Amino acid sequence: MRKERQKRTLQLALWTWTWVATLAIATFGPIFFWDGNSTWTALAIGFNLLIGILMILANRKLFNHYDELERKIHLEAMGLTLGAVVVVGLSYSLLGQSNIISSKAEISQLILFLGVFHIIVLGINRKRYL
Amino acid sequence: MKNKVLELRKSKGLTQEQLADIIGVSRQTINAIEKEKFDPSLPTAFKMAKLFQVPIEGFFFYEEVK
Repeated sequence: MRKERQKRTLQLALWTWTWVATLAIATFGPIFFWDGNSTWTALAIGFNLLIGILMILANRKLFNHYDELERKIHLEAMGLTLGAVVVVGLSYSLLGQSNIISSKAEISQLILFLGVFHIIVLGINRKRYL
Repeated sequence: MKNKVLELRKSKGLTQEQLADIIGVSRQTINAIEKEKFDPSLPTAFKMAKLFQVPIEGFFFYEEVK
């Protein structure tokens, strides 16, 4: 059971790193490698999307290996994160549209919030149950 | 929910790790059940009942919240 868990975790880590690498290529490629050629950019984005789907499938494979308590911990954390991202994201977007905040509301800031919030909730949940 | 899993596990001479392997859950889950922080699913409770040879109601005690 432990070896299978390690295998699935490693697979997810590899797909995640590959996805991050292809995201970097799709982001910086047009500037540094192919001088804004739209065909190459579309190919890079398409490839990044494909790798992203494979990363999600690897995540599902790992999740299916969790036992009932681990699933409860992760599902609660995911549910809270989803709710927080929708609520905070929309409020943040409204603040941006109303020019109440000086900086432009960026999706990357929301992703950062999602990551940090999820880690915190996961930590709290693990402390609650384990 | 109150339970006697710790007592029954010890009477069988099993460690948390061994019980977890038999039931098919993680050691942390067994620990959380014993500490009454987590109520297991019905399949897990049935597996325990079969292993301990005790009916479920013999080691899980439901208490109505008033």
